[in-house]
Amino acid sequence: MKAPLLSVKDLRVEFITRRGPLTALDGISFDLAPGEILGVVGESGAGKSLTGLAIIGLLDPPGRIAGGEIRLNGERIDNLAPEAMRKIRGRRIGMIFQDPLTSLNPLLRIGDQLVETILTHTSLTPKAARARAISLLTEVGIPAPEKRIDGYPHEFSGGMRQRVVIALALCAEPALVIADEPTTALDVSVQAQIIAVLKRLAREHHAAVILITHDMGVIAETADRVAVMYAGRIAEIGRVEEVVRDPLHPYAKGLMAAIPTLEGRAARLAQIPGAMPRLSAIPPGCAFNPRCPNVFDRCRIERPPPLPIGTRRAACWLYDRGEVTPPARETVS
Amino acid sequence: MAAGSPRRLVEVEHLKRVFDVSKPLITRLLEHEPRRRLKAVDGLDFKIDRGETLGIVGESGSGKSTLARMVVGLLKPTDGRVLIEGIDMAATGDPAARRDVRRRMQMIFQDPYASLNPRWRVGDIIAEPIHAFGLGESRRDGEATKPRKGAVAARAGELLRLVGLDPADGRKYPHEFSGGQRQRIAIARALASNPDFIVCDEPTSALDVSIQAQILNLMRDLQEKLGLTYLLITHNLAVVRHMATRVGVMYLGRLVEIAPTAELFARPRHPYTRMLLDAVPDLAMSGRARTPVGGEVPNPIDPPPGCPFHPRCPKAIARCRTEVPQFIDNVACHLAHDDPNWLAREGATARL
Repeated sequence: MKAPLLSVKDLRVEFITRRGPLTALDGISFDLAPGEILGVVGESGAGKSLTGLAIIGLLDPPGRIAGGEIRLNGERIDNLAPEAMRKIRGRRIGMIFQDPLTSLNPLLRIGDQLVETILTHTSLTPKAARARAISLLTEVGIPAPEKRIDGYPHEFSGGMRQRVVIALALCAEPALVIADEPTTALDVSVQAQIIAVLKRLAREHHAAVILITHDMGVIAETADRVAVMYAGRIAEIGRVEEVVRDPLHPYAKGLMAAIPTLEGRAARLAQIPGAMPRLSAIPPGCAFNPRCPNVFDRCRIERPPPLPIGTRRAACWLYDRGEVTPPARETVS
Repeated sequence: MAAGSPRRLVEVEHLKRVFDVSKPLITRLLEHEPRRRLKAVDGLDFKIDRGETLGIVGESGSGKSTLARMVVGLLKPTDGRVLIEGIDMAATGDPAARRDVRRRMQMIFQDPYASLNPRWRVGDIIAEPIHAFGLGESRRDGEATKPRKGAVAARAGELLRLVGLDPADGRKYPHEFSGGQRQRIAIARALASNPDFIVCDEPTSALDVSIQAQILNLMRDLQEKLGLTYLLITHNLAVVRHMATRVGVMYLGRLVEIAPTAELFARPRHPYTRMLLDAVPDLAMSGRARTPVGGEVPNPIDPPPGCPFHPRCPKAIARCRTEVPQFIDNVACHLAHDDPNWLAREGATARL
């Protein structure tokens, strides 16, 4: 296997509060190869965005990395000084945020924003930078880029703005792009266009992409692998076809079954009782155990590590020692 | 409410709403700019039968929310009217009739963080419609006896139980609840006045999928139990597929197509409907290539002439650029009018 571009091991993020530290991310581990798209899916508060922010070094205090390591091309980036991290950010890791309007400076022409970013990260001349900005805009599918480059953000529609933000993230040809809910603020028809752009970029530029979204449909269509997060932990990670078609972790199963599809009017949607716990009240053992239909004694006491099952890993005691057959409900004491 | 009442509950007739989005007068005079008007809803006609769920889908700027607000009377139509069991709320001179229509029609909003007063206890929030409409124990008798204090609280508790919460939750404040629980509270409030028609404007789009499933199931259960009629406004096609009996598709303030749900999803007649269906990410990963659609919804202040969809339509012909297609036979498309089987002949099979 190729050396991973990004390797996250046992990442732990804490928030220091008056009542003591809250663990927001706990034992996050995954590798990412160049050109690969990893989907990170989960519900609000699962820690998806935090994972992205921790990798790019944008955790706001009181949040901090409390353990584990993040390696980019083999070198650690989680303990770098702010100045060193700033050089990596933008140049080697690009970021796309959800709301394209707040990612752009409303007072600057988009061309100036692109050129500034290009000049910061490369040794191009201003003239060459402008040419590159135009070619980037072309690449993300903005019509008449020579003209639009002198427009202000408010002159662009939502979908076009998100394209500009993607172009900004690509200015320095980063090896890793983190896209946090890039299509959530957009209409479905535009969403399809943005997804197409992201996929093409990963393919053509050989950039690795971490695609953070709550929309399983977007993941299913875009990602190569997917990590399903729950309460700051990875419940299941594996190839997207496998996880979507045949999820192993009971939470992943519940999540997949809860999504209404276009295929028909089912009698009822499967629902997971309850809601995700607050950070201050994550239960001992498996974080999902109070809501889990397959819960047994061990789940309440011992936290399941990510257990390998085929090419996947699922943090669930059902799969301990490779027993893939879920035990009957009677195991509940 | 009496037995034998007509099947038709809501009739929307040629409904229009125009917003004046002109710059201030002085700016207009100095810059010689004309007034600018935004036709948010531009002539809608449809009916909703008792007990059905009519889904309205469309992208942003299609006028869905404006429609919802006009139907419940939060916004006055510029033209046209909304009849609830034959009564036009905006025109009726009878305050009692208007009040009764108001009571029987409620709304659930998108954002349960904004739709509940943070300073009120949940019990009071739910009791408000009971007080506002003078409902109490004797609400069906038409007598003006004040409800007993305990009776209102008991009713609020009953409503909380109906939506899957604990009656004791009535003493808490909204901030003590999660998004999904808040939406349950909003539903309980909507049910407090014994409505038969509920307008739901994106009721689950602020919620996570597992919570969305809970709320959609609850809405279906309540519909069965209480015989409710829903107007469900959403941008999520999977949600309407799951919930609606009929679906109307809006584009730039107009209805482009309306059909029973299964039919619409199996055989979309308007190219825009088909485009919307094609644009939904495919969870089943059937390998079906998404048809990329060019362009975005145009600015509704300055809609294109002719059919508003023609600049994005792969099937547009010269006529589409000049002549607005009429809404005939439940579809507004020249192609669908001239050649009802265009999709079938194209060999493109839509969703099952």
